[in-house]
Amino acid sequence: MRREIPLIITAVVGIFFVLQYFIPHPPFNQLNGWFSDWFSIIGACAIWLGALNLIRISADKIYRRREDWGYAIIIIISFLLITIIGFWEGNAFRDSGTGFDWLYRFIYTPLSATMFALLAFFVASASYRAFRARNLEATLLLLAAFFVMLGRVPVGDALAGIFHVPESILPSSIATWIMNFINTAGQRAILIGIALGIVSTSLRIILGIERSYLGGE
Amino acid sequence: MQIFGLWVAAFFTLGIISFLYKDNPWYKVCESIFVGISAGYWFVTLFWDNIYSLFYLGVAERGNYSLYVGAVLGLMMLLRLIPQIGWISRWPLAFVVGATAGLYIINYFASNIMVQVENTLTPLFADAFNQPTFSASVYNSIGNIVVAVGTFTGLVYFFFSKEHKGFMGGMAKIGIWTIMITFGASFGYTVMSRMSLLIGRMDFIFGDWLQLIK
Repeated sequence: MRREIPLIITAVVGIFFVLQYFIPHPPFNQLNGWFSDWFSIIGACAIWLGALNLIRISADKIYRRREDWGYAIIIIISFLLITIIGFWEGNAFRDSGTGFDWLYRFIYTPLSATMFALLAFFVASASYRAFRARNLEATLLLLAAFFVMLGRVPVGDALAGIFHVPESILPSSIATWIMNFINTAGQRAILIGIALGIVSTSLRIILGIERSYLGGE
Repeated sequence: MQIFGLWVAAFFTLGIISFLYKDNPWYKVCESIFVGISAGYWFVTLFWDNIYSLFYLGVAERGNYSLYVGAVLGLMMLLRLIPQIGWISRWPLAFVVGATAGLYIINYFASNIMVQVENTLTPLFADAFNQPTFSASVYNSIGNIVVAVGTFTGLVYFFFSKEHKGFMGGMAKIGIWTIMITFGASFGYTVMSRMSLLIGRMDFIFGDWLQLIK
């Protein structure tokens, strides 16, 4: 029963979501709205699970005095700080001038933006190691990346202008052509391949062939 | 408070950037705060948006009692925290997985297969189906051929049920060239987007904070 009921739920809900696309009339279109709402509520509860797990793991690290346990205290304090302020300020927590908004603007935003900006350096470092024109495929990858990067900044066309390069083969024109045509073709092939994979995996899940999401007994 | 906020933001920005030198306590403090603040941000946001506005107000003000089903499934999800009855959490998980699978079959088939195939099947030498043959410019005609050939050969490359030899191997070869150029273009595009973020952070440090850029 511990595995059968979830499999039945998956099959029924999955088949329903496929059917409702073809029957946009009551009760199917109404149930679709209900299911979407339930989906959102379950998602909100799942984040409780994640947050409680984060607290539990951090608290365990502090209790056992594991390496870098001091940083676990910072995790808990920062989590509690934004959570308490967010709950204290009520439904209007996002309004400009609230404590939550201050934390979002001056802590969350700079941290997340800088964290992603930092990737620029790692990508540059990785490309230095990976971008060696060992064969034709690697050379094509290197050239495409070079022209797209050069074509996206004004200095690319400015440099080409010094050598009186015709407009049709300016770095920006080559970058646009690559993005509009070759990139479109490659992305399309990848998208169609991914979609076929997702459709077949979804079918396997609905039919109960794929059960890994249930975990072990 | 605004000035203090700028100093706090600068402190965290420089703390994250300090990782470029090496892993250090300043970076670790910033990283830990990022983890805690991110988790708390989504915790609070989803509570007010989904549990309060959607569920509580939905039941109390709009009388939508069907939402109780979602709440019960959500509570069942939390039972994972109690090992003895943790298996019940599989029911809401099964609901989410089933709903996602059902939605993905239709959505991916419609948007990623049908639409992409439709957009690929365009006239090679005309601007549209109702236009005369050879109405497209040379630039667009070459582009249309590249898109059609590139998409088809790219798909051939992903087809592993037949060995890539002979004619099939030739097409797969063209396919991998297309895909390599795509990866290169995507890589270049990603690098530039990260650079844009980095420029934004530098602009904040030298403009908003230090006021060196006006």
